[in-house]
Amino acid sequence: MSIMSKKTPKIADHNPGRKLFSSKFAAAVVWSITILWTIPTFGLFATSFRPKNDVFLTGWWQIFTHPHFTLSNYDAVLFGKGDAGNVGGVLPYFLNSLAITLPAVIFPVVIATMAAYCLAWIRFRGSDALFFGIFALQIVPIQMSLIPLLQLFTGGAHIGHFTLIPALGIAGKLAGIWLPHTMFALPLAIYLLHNFISSLPRDLMEAAYVDGANHFTVFRRIVLPLSIPAIAAFSIFQFLWVWNDLLVALTFSAGTQTISPINAKLASLVGQWGSHWEILTAGAFITIAVPLVVFFSLQRYFVRGLLAGSVK
Amino acid sequence: MVHLSFWSSNLPKIEQTLGAIAIFFAVLGALFYIAGRVNGRAARPLAGFIFLAPALLLLLVGLVVPAIKTILFSFKDSNGIKYIGMKNYQWIIDNPEIHKVIVNTLLWILITPFATTALGLFLAIMLNRMKRESLPKSLLFMPMAISFVGASIIWQFVYNFAPPSQPQTGLLSALARTLGFTPPNWILVQPLNTFLLMVIFVWVETGFAMVILSAAIKGVPADIMEASALDGATGWKLFRLVTFPMVRSTFIVVLATMVVTSLKLFDIVRTVTGGNFSTSVISNEMYSQIFVRFDNGRGSALAVILFVMVTPILAYNIRNLRKERSIA
Repeated sequence: MSIMSKKTPKIADHNPGRKLFSSKFAAAVVWSITILWTIPTFGLFATSFRPKNDVFLTGWWQIFTHPHFTLSNYDAVLFGKGDAGNVGGVLPYFLNSLAITLPAVIFPVVIATMAAYCLAWIRFRGSDALFFGIFALQIVPIQMSLIPLLQLFTGGAHIGHFTLIPALGIAGKLAGIWLPHTMFALPLAIYLLHNFISSLPRDLMEAAYVDGANHFTVFRRIVLPLSIPAIAAFSIFQFLWVWNDLLVALTFSAGTQTISPINAKLASLVGQWGSHWEILTAGAFITIAVPLVVFFSLQRYFVRGLLAGSVK
Repeated sequence: MVHLSFWSSNLPKIEQTLGAIAIFFAVLGALFYIAGRVNGRAARPLAGFIFLAPALLLLLVGLVVPAIKTILFSFKDSNGIKYIGMKNYQWIIDNPEIHKVIVNTLLWILITPFATTALGLFLAIMLNRMKRESLPKSLLFMPMAISFVGASIIWQFVYNFAPPSQPQTGLLSALARTLGFTPPNWILVQPLNTFLLMVIFVWVETGFAMVILSAAIKGVPADIMEASALDGATGWKLFRLVTFPMVRSTFIVVLATMVVTSLKLFDIVRTVTGGNFSTSVISNEMYSQIFVRFDNGRGSALAVILFVMVTPILAYNIRNLRKERSIA
């Protein structure tokens, strides 16, 4: 399923009725919308390189007539220096984002791949029902889990005087953000990976079992390598989701600036530096740079992952 | 440039992260190794347990139990201690401000999914008819990689307003002035501001709809299109009678996804207006109730309302999935 392929059904080159929607007309429409779609991002990008006074006095489109650029906004945002005053520097938050995102991608992907393999190939009575149950859990909005999870992290779980789960003490720590992200990712991850893993060739799996391979060997030697496309697709999806998330970050890093991710910092900059567009645009561009790089270098996989869930 | 103190305060985070990943894989490796040695009748159930238990435990602790607890909380007071019956729901029913929030949420789920999916379909059809489609496709899809917070800043800058005496640096304001009328402070104008927020959503999500619908359109067999074209179906007719019915199921899936996404929407409203100027939606109001006003009960009641609103859409999705399974 190659999405970006240029295989277009050529049907109507000889059909006079389709003149209205000729290839050139379609291209003109698409390109106009594309330009319209790209202008806001371009404006942000251009503004982030303009001197403070220019940003305040003239629109960014002036760069075409009066090009004048500086890196001082990035200096201010990254290291907290500059004439805008003490921004504080977003570099620590940038590291926070990395520290949050890596485990919050790896954990759910591995756990979901294992569960998907089990539901697809170590079948047992009720495994289908369980699969539907997990899929149905997407129904629970994250919003419903926030308070109870926060309470669990700070106070543990008790039935009467019996302590079921002790206070984990991870509220305000990195693990306190990894865990919710891992939990919330599982329903979709298991669903997408199950779709893929259950369609692996049966003969291959059975040959391995007959040769005496146990489930762990099959999982490591056959399922994992063959599922790389699906795993990559979901990993990118999850990476973008975690990096771009605000709600989970705000909830589980509440108060502790030491772990809140750059996206949350950016949201708070809006409040603090609302009129300093040179700061906001540079901060925003730093925040979106990583997902943009990931997106443009891996979009093929990303698209494949999205399609796995929605198109049969 | 970067001080030593920077590393001394940030290095522990990196160590923790890499350490956690290493421990995670070490534990898994050990489990696999030990359980892999087990032979006989216990081997299969043990393998099943090891593969499935972590996911089930996390789902139980992270989603199932919290969902039940939130429903219980919605019948309790602000501290989550005393049961107060339906009072939180009564508060929602009686409070005109919350009515506004619910109306806004309904506007969001009625307008944005259709706008996004329809525009996505239009673009998908147009892309299918042009040559060299990959660059515009990438650019249209790009906002998907940008967070709602980032997108909100991008668009706040477009909507930026300056008093009439000063130069307009926001694109929309400048455009308005060029066209000859005085731009208002867009974000304060009700109900226009809610629609301006929706534009941000549409800008982000249209690429998603486009990519998926584009794949669906390419999946329509060429001979069907050819046969219909030979039969004289053109333009709008071809779309209405042939193309659309072929991608209908995908269209509905995308639409449902968009409804759910817009229903849970939080970031855009939080970043641009903080829910002020009558732009709040349920998710934002819930956050405010819990973390600003410290009222667990009311916040939970709002979460339950979200849950009730999402249910029919996912029920529909599950029914579809079951149907697919039984055919396969």
